[in-house]
Amino acid sequence: MASTETPIAENPEAEPTTIPASAEFIPAPDPDVVHGGHGFATNTGISNTKLGMWLFLASECLLFGGLITTFLLYKLPAPGDGPAPQELYDIPFTSISSFVLLMSSLTMVLAVSAIERGDKQRFHTWIVGTALLGCVFIAGQAYEFQLFVSEGMGYTSSRASSAFYTLTGFHGVHVTLGIVMLVSLLLLSFRGHINRHKAETVEVVGLYWHFVDVVWILIFAIVYLIP
Amino acid sequence: MSENLPATIDSGGTLALPSGVSELPDRAPRLGVFTRPGESKGWRSWVTTVDHKRIGIMYGAMALFFFIIGGSEALLIRAQLWAPRQQLLSADVYNQVYTMHGTTMVFLVVMPIGAAFANYLMPLQIGARDVAFPRINAFSFWCFAAGGLFLNTSWFLGGGADGGWFMYAPNSGVIYSPTHGIDFWNLGLIITGIASLSGAINLIVTVLNMRAPGMTLMKMPVFTWMTLVTQFLLLFAIPVLTVAQFLLMFDRLFDANFFNIDKGANPLLWEHLFWVFGHPEVYLMILPAFGLVSDMLPVFSRKPIFGYPFIVFSGVAIGFMGWGVWAHHMFVSGIGPVSVTVFSLTTMFIAVPTGVKILNWIATMWGGKLKFSTPMLFSIGLITMFTIGGLSGVTHAVAPADTQQTDTYYIVAHFHYVLFGGAFFGFMGGFYFYWPKAFGYLLNETLGKWNFWLMLLGFNLTFGPMHILGLQGMSRRVYTYDANYGFELWNKVSTVGAFTLATSIALFLFNIFYSRAKAKNLANPGPDPWDARTIEWMIPSPVPAYNFDPIPTVTHLDEFWYRKYGETEDGRLVRVAATEDVTQPVHDADVHLPAPSYWPVVTAVSLPIIGYGLIFSLWLCIIGGLVLIAGLYGWVTEPPDDPEATHGHAPGGHASGDGHDADLALRAGDPAAGSVDGVEADTDAGSEKEVTPVG
Repeated sequence: MASTETPIAENPEAEPTTIPASAEFIPAPDPDVVHGGHGFATNTGISNTKLGMWLFLASECLLFGGLITTFLLYKLPAPGDGPAPQELYDIPFTSISSFVLLMSSLTMVLAVSAIERGDKQRFHTWIVGTALLGCVFIAGQAYEFQLFVSEGMGYTSSRASSAFYTLTGFHGVHVTLGIVMLVSLLLLSFRGHINRHKAETVEVVGLYWHFVDVVWILIFAIVYLIP
Repeated sequence: MSENLPATIDSGGTLALPSGVSELPDRAPRLGVFTRPGESKGWRSWVTTVDHKRIGIMYGAMALFFFIIGGSEALLIRAQLWAPRQQLLSADVYNQVYTMHGTTMVFLVVMPIGAAFANYLMPLQIGARDVAFPRINAFSFWCFAAGGLFLNTSWFLGGGADGGWFMYAPNSGVIYSPTHGIDFWNLGLIITGIASLSGAINLIVTVLNMRAPGMTLMKMPVFTWMTLVTQFLLLFAIPVLTVAQFLLMFDRLFDANFFNIDKGANPLLWEHLFWVFGHPEVYLMILPAFGLVSDMLPVFSRKPIFGYPFIVFSGVAIGFMGWGVWAHHMFVSGIGPVSVTVFSLTTMFIAVPTGVKILNWIATMWGGKLKFSTPMLFSIGLITMFTIGGLSGVTHAVAPADTQQTDTYYIVAHFHYVLFGGAFFGFMGGFYFYWPKAFGYLLNETLGKWNFWLMLLGFNLTFGPMHILGLQGMSRRVYTYDANYGFELWNKVSTVGAFTLATSIALFLFNIFYSRAKAKNLANPGPDPWDARTIEWMIPSPVPAYNFDPIPTVTHLDEFWYRKYGETEDGRLVRVAATEDVTQPVHDADVHLPAPSYWPVVTAVSLPIIGYGLIFSLWLCIIGGLVLIAGLYGWVTEPPDDPEATHGHAPGGHASGDGHDADLALRAGDPAAGSVDGVEADTDAGSEKEVTPVG
């Protein structure tokens, strides 16, 4: 024991009883960070940060649940209030932007996997890729919004338009915040603050990113595809 | 390691922007704006604190401040209703006063007092050094304070909200309420919602992750259990309210059509969204008080809580079933016979777990050696008053009866019996019970008993007659009544009661200062003034900053009790250890704690600025947004732990290699570096080193 390089072994007082039976809980013993934020030393075995993110995402389900319900209630405009969103959808276009967003989940997974291996080069590539794919999606949404407005469906024109823009807009804001987080990760990494031992930070951002993608699958199915 | 970084803790970082950044330790003024706050006394230490105990106390103090505001509004209402056709308040002002009274009492008094107890007590009850994310905890408090003050500034900026605390559409639209009151209501409660949500995440993680060794879920004190259930309710209820308020805000500020009847909107959408939030809300207001009472009754009965698993699981059951009863608020809105039947039944069912709790409390007292101290009196007050309120609640479940009761004073009587007679009586008991723990002196018992009996009397005089008024047909929210309606007598009784109630509150506030002045000549009450049962009573009063040292290992429910008492073979109670021998002595442990920070308060202050901007001028939004961004980035780039204060607690060769030992000497003031490291190593807040298998 004493000959290993792990902090646990070298300072038994710090970690009295805590080596879990399954070694997966210790992704990489971190000489910098030995605290609950990263870790294995919690009652559940899930680090505080990750558990916190899971709880936040659980809460977000209700937020989007409320917005989707509202959209379903107001799916059709009252007669005479302009076009329904359903008349304006360009399904092939939105399918492509949905595909782009889905692919960004793949690049996010690759980024997490790269940083877990300590491969910063690839980590940067995949983070940039993820952020760019996110930007493409947002650009597609902006294009779609301005097209719909030019076709006569403003935010205030009908109950359906208000519900449509609010739901998809909330999702767009979530994606944008995700991009901000990715860029922040990238900047932190350039300054040398993200490394193999901080892989969980990247993973937690990844959780958020995947969640936003999953929500889009629901929105795409419910709002765009189901007639 | 290629990077030569000081050790950092990540546990306090934002969820949105995980950090891990640490400046080099020799650059003290971070970002050129703030130096790291280090005061332990004075206002600055309170503004920057991340200590869960101080945050709990600030929650409580702020809530009592809002309680005085909300209480004054209640007295205005009662004064207006003293006699028929009074003109003390105009109809318009009356609308604002009752709306703000309800909003203040629900969102700025009862919920935050629950948060105050949760923050202060829960980490102590589970043997933790702090909550999981200390800076987010500070942020939650400042959001609550900012949101509450923002909401109340509406009085000076064009008038308060006037749609009733549940703000039904389309009454809440611009057409019917053209002032900015409802905008303030919307934005203020969105801000306090952020406080509740971030607090919920924080406290749930704390309970699930940071319990002392040996404390399995079924060895947690009941209050901790109820906190867990409450925070889960908040976690899922708050976003629904936030959605509803965003929709209303977009309607009012940006002409959206969610509640615009002209464009075919359905006002029932608001009612559903609001009550899907609103009914879990009432349970999350009462459950913390249930938890407090479940911890106080055993102490003053000198018996363990009767049926601990039943108490716990009935609380969890209330938490689940609370999601299936919301439409009983809407029986007269035309939701159809099937819905009415279903919600009638679920509402009757939810009375069962509540009844289980009441029977458990009675059985706890049964055969116990009862001691009627003030906390015990308030606990019994809760049981009796809440039972009355609970039973009148069951009458609402009967849809035909409810149709008669809807929007009458009968409803007002019911929810005051559960919220005041239930939640607030429990909180008052909690104040008397935990006051010595938090402040190091006992509240005066004689005044406390006067406080209790006066409150019980005033409470029943105020709200008891409202049952009769309601059944006589007096509508709530109507600013006056005619002389020949027959409402006069009971309204007078009720007003007299309200002022009696106010006197009892004044007595409580007086008691705080009186006892504090008297306490200067008295000895410290010691860690355990009540011969209590749970581990928070093992540590000195007032609690030292580091809470426990060492962290206790838990083997029993009521751990502390079993360290003091055992049983003989024939089941009699015997003392096995003197209290002094099992409590933690007062000593100056050099424990490494999370460092205070300015950023939570900076981030929180940005939100009301954005709020004012949305109402008055979008330019302010830009300023608020910049403050928000600055706050978040300052937060993220500030290591959660102060490298100046650290002593290279990265165990292993790393610490000795990067010059942190100098810091160690600077901070610790303890030349015995080795022993300091030993203390520090298992004492960082946010890091429970010992793993306990769950459940």
